[in-house]
Amino acid sequence: MIALSDVLILAAILFCLSVAGIFINRKNVIILLMAVELMLLAVNMNFIAFSYFLGDIAGQVFVFFIMTVAAAEAAIGLAILVVLFRNKRTINVDDLDSMKG
Amino acid sequence: MGTEKIIFYIFAFIVVFGATMVISVRNPVKAALYLVLTFFASAAIWLLLEAEFLAIVLVLVYVGAVMVLFVFVVMMLDINVARLKEGFIRYLPLGIGVAVLMAVMMIMVVGPEYFGLDKIAAPERHGADYNNIREIGGILYTVYVYPFEIAAVILLVAIVAAIVLTLRRRPNTRQQRPEEQIAVKRGERVRMVKMSAEERK
Repeated sequence: MIALSDVLILAAILFCLSVAGIFINRKNVIILLMAVELMLLAVNMNFIAFSYFLGDIAGQVFVFFIMTVAAAEAAIGLAILVVLFRNKRTINVDDLDSMKG
Repeated sequence: MGTEKIIFYIFAFIVVFGATMVISVRNPVKAALYLVLTFFASAAIWLLLEAEFLAIVLVLVYVGAVMVLFVFVVMMLDINVARLKEGFIRYLPLGIGVAVLMAVMMIMVVGPEYFGLDKIAAPERHGADYNNIREIGGILYTVYVYPFEIAAVILLVAIVAAIVLTLRRRPNTRQQRPEEQIAVKRGERVRMVKMSAEERK
């Protein structure tokens, strides 16, 4: 029998790994997008674990919506990335300073 | 330790291993492939938690569509990987420190002390006649029907946005102009000629 805490700890570790990924890969936009996908996966795993252990199917409906929004986000993010590369020939975060931020 | 728990730990290990490789490998294509591994193992864990529909959706939508998109974009862009890895070593201690700190804090909150089996007992497994997709559909098309429609609109907006963003018009290529093609009248294309029959030579 797996306990709720096992799944929650796995999701917490997954989330922290993706946070570490954002810290150490701060130059590469593609890896940053992948780390965001991993974060969403960790959140989804929490939803599904609570849905199973509390016997409420609504948690799975929320995961469905999160996946919809995540797919849209990935598509638009990668489209922006392609346009960015076409215009500037780079995806290095350091080179994206045309707004002088 | 039951079989269920052994299976869970195997797949949990694969998930953590895959996520670690995603954030640490040099090559973005390999990172995308390790992300696929992570999604597959997560789908197995979701199956274990009786979320069959979402496990299949995770494999079909994420592995089948989103990750293929990632690999496609990574391979299409000609990236200088060496430059992108600058600062990897420099930020590594900070990243690990923040991650470990966050993990310790979160595990203290969600650990077995509050969410163990003695606090929240595992529910009874459903029988073979239980249909997860029917349950989700039953609530999705009744209680959550408006959010469902909004999700459809969001996907439509994503399609339009992605196409508009990547659409490229080259000035010197020849293109069809559909609006002129459909606006044409019969008289502009067909000319009726009245003439008497001619004898064949």
